[in-house]
Amino acid sequence: MVTIEINGQEIEAEQGAMIIEVADSIGVEIPRFCYHKKLSVAANCRMCLVEVEGQRKPLPACATPVADGMIIKTESDCAKDAQKSVMEFLLINHPLDCPICDQGGECELQDVALECGKDVSRFTEGKRVVEDKNIGPLIETEMTRCIHCTRCVRFGREVAGIREMGAVGRGEHTEISTYIEKSVDSEVSGNIIDLCPVGALTAKPSRYQARAWEMIQYDSIAPHDCIGTNLHVHTRRNEVIRLAPKDNEATNEVWLSDRDRYSYEALTKGDRLLAPMIKQNDEWVEADWETALERTASKLNLLKEAQGPEQIGGVGSPVATTEELYLLQKIIRGLGSNNVDHRLRVTDFSGQEHESLYPQLGVELSELEELDACLLVGANLRKDQPLAALRVRKATRHGQMASVSARKIYNNFKLKHQIVVEPNEWIKELAGIAKHLTNKTGNEEKLAKLDGLKELIASVEVSAKQTKIAEMLLNSKNTSVILGLAAVEFSRAGHLRQLAKAVAILSNSTYGFLSHGANSAGAYLAGAIPHRGPAGADVGPDGESFEQMVSAGKKALILLKTELSKDSVLSKQAVKMAQDAEFVVSLSSFADDEAFEYADVILPIAGYLESAGSYINVNGLWQDFSASVTAPGQAKPAWKVLRVLGNLLNLKNFDYVSAQDVMQEVKGRMGAVGDKVKSKWNCPESLNGEANSPEPANIYQSDCYVRRSNALQQTAMAQGEEDLKRPQLSPFHNIMGGV
Amino acid sequence: MSKADLPQLLSAEAIDSINTWIKKYPKERKRAAIIPALTIAQDELGYLAKETMNAVADYLEIPHIASYEVATFYSMFSMEPRGKHIVSLCTNVSCMLAGSGDLKKWFKDELGIAPGETSKDGRITLKEVECMAACGGAPMLEVSKQYHENLDVEKLSHLIKELT
Repeated sequence: MVTIEINGQEIEAEQGAMIIEVADSIGVEIPRFCYHKKLSVAANCRMCLVEVEGQRKPLPACATPVADGMIIKTESDCAKDAQKSVMEFLLINHPLDCPICDQGGECELQDVALECGKDVSRFTEGKRVVEDKNIGPLIETEMTRCIHCTRCVRFGREVAGIREMGAVGRGEHTEISTYIEKSVDSEVSGNIIDLCPVGALTAKPSRYQARAWEMIQYDSIAPHDCIGTNLHVHTRRNEVIRLAPKDNEATNEVWLSDRDRYSYEALTKGDRLLAPMIKQNDEWVEADWETALERTASKLNLLKEAQGPEQIGGVGSPVATTEELYLLQKIIRGLGSNNVDHRLRVTDFSGQEHESLYPQLGVELSELEELDACLLVGANLRKDQPLAALRVRKATRHGQMASVSARKIYNNFKLKHQIVVEPNEWIKELAGIAKHLTNKTGNEEKLAKLDGLKELIASVEVSAKQTKIAEMLLNSKNTSVILGLAAVEFSRAGHLRQLAKAVAILSNSTYGFLSHGANSAGAYLAGAIPHRGPAGADVGPDGESFEQMVSAGKKALILLKTELSKDSVLSKQAVKMAQDAEFVVSLSSFADDEAFEYADVILPIAGYLESAGSYINVNGLWQDFSASVTAPGQAKPAWKVLRVLGNLLNLKNFDYVSAQDVMQEVKGRMGAVGDKVKSKWNCPESLNGEANSPEPANIYQSDCYVRRSNALQQTAMAQGEEDLKRPQLSPFHNIMGGV
Repeated sequence: MSKADLPQLLSAEAIDSINTWIKKYPKERKRAAIIPALTIAQDELGYLAKETMNAVADYLEIPHIASYEVATFYSMFSMEPRGKHIVSLCTNVSCMLAGSGDLKKWFKDELGIAPGETSKDGRITLKEVECMAACGGAPMLEVSKQYHENLDVEKLSHLIKELT
């Protein structure tokens, strides 16, 4: 630690810290453009010049490490003069088009110019003009406004791992561009909009839609992946204009994936369902809420009496909130059935009783960057949880990553070892790794707990690659085995999980999953699974899983935010189940919902920014939010619809006043969990067997919202044509430096 | 965009000499050889087409944009096809005072080319460059790595006509 003085204030600072970091920590503001806490130091904008006593010239605060006894003045004449001069240079070529610039009102250049700029420009020569490039449907460019801070370039190189933007040309002719006409295809590209301190890079879908000062900001949580990304929702006159990230080091740091940023378009530009619809004589007609709900309740009651409660099934989506899923299962269980599920993309349910209370990652998301070694099993992080990929990429600064998958995966971080095998061989690869680990001394005690493993893998031959992966896990300190979505969707997922668990136990690694949607954890805890009630409660005989419902067929179905053909891997069979059912009610936000093909009643519900609720992320972080805007037409929050339905069905305890009430009830039940639901070892019978790995969902087809976002659907990623299938990673891809 | 490997675009000798350059740097820092690699490619192909820059980037395992950045930064790289002879005319202070303006005018009058342009017969490309450290012999120009000093219009016209 060193002691320095900033503007007369004495402060202890870490050796090696830059002046600007220390100043930020005590709230002393130093103007800056190129400096960003998550990026490397470039020191090319020179805006942060400060006076350091004893130095002849002002020094850049972002690139000057503190030294003991340093006396820094950020507001002295010397510092102010320097900042004013730099500002004058920056404004030489910056256009005076603030009145038509989307960044106007929230522009760092505008703010600093107000503070440090001169009233009148002395520059009378012509300004430079830069031709715009079309870099895709997500980001609008106006490169004449660019001040060459290179934040966007460094973001691509250091954080996203795929460099698409660069500084082309030199001197006055320098341009930030892709050089060739090409779209920026990264799945986290939108972050350069937030990073850009001027209006050079702005969001294309919300261009010219609203001024910064007209908008109201609300907080929310993103619904698409299990990270639990924190959002700022910017609205004007009850309409969502755009989304931006809210800083949270435990979840999304300061970033936002493109999927989270642009999916709101489904709500504002999608074809919304505005009134309840019922099918009469094969015709869809509008109905009022009372008619629609009463018809639903009487049909459900009728079918329950006539066919038995086990003929009723409930299907929710992991994008639904914990409250909605809780009420869905409460209705289904209230009717006397346990047939409720949200696992639309899971095909193997064996061993589900041995799994933990809810899908957990095993390490904190923030700890992913500290891992020394990690074995990824069927995890396509870039496409499934883009922000987790950024964390793992950071870990590769010092750690090593390995992947075993049934499909080729294109990562934005470097893999030390990669095994791609046929689905039939997938389990054996893990068995080989486990086998090498069992041969290690000191593992006898652990093996004793893994009953039957030794016999199971006795005849397995260990390959060189398997040995390397096993050694990698053994020789590193902080290690983890993580299963991705492909592993969860695998047709022998139960066995794959057990072997992954064995590898984790034998190598002293943590073990965990990444899960579907934003709220798989919430769905488990709310009891939207057939074999456990809320908080893992015992529910008597197991109900039918989604797959069992599909194969057995159901007479009555309640669908929540679910489009069977697109959300489920069973696609056509699932649709057939719905068509064969006597009564299907679907809770949906969209008038182009496919449920019009197979449902009998469709109830309009609020979308994800239009309703209060909570999501639980893969670390068990329970985050609640209120509605940012109200739903259009007669659409109502799904929890209210389910509450009324519960009452109409004469079920007990459905008198909630708010979503908070429902959440309190779920939370209240958590106290009773204790240790009774724990992940247990359960030896698979055999390593051999036919297996298949379902085609993974496209990143921009993953739920009902992203499917309806125009901007996302136009991207190369949505069309599977992105250039990044072969990302050109830097061979020495340190987070600092690299190419 | 069509993809081509560098060995398909260049001769074996050129690839050899690029490999020699790559060997001079640590294995994981192949990118350091970007300037010599682009120079060798340009010497052989006359200019750097996008395809060439991409191939060089792929060969060095760096993003394409990193190749574009270097190629556009240095004035000795050209992204457009050029004439057979590249004439680099200095118009910096010493040369300007000693009459480089007349030489520039001669190119315009006789060959119809301004700096950055190529003569119609594809023989001469004129480049305007900054000081090449031969002020003692101002005004001067460079053709094919050869300096020509103490020029006047007459000497210039003779020199240019001599170029085949």
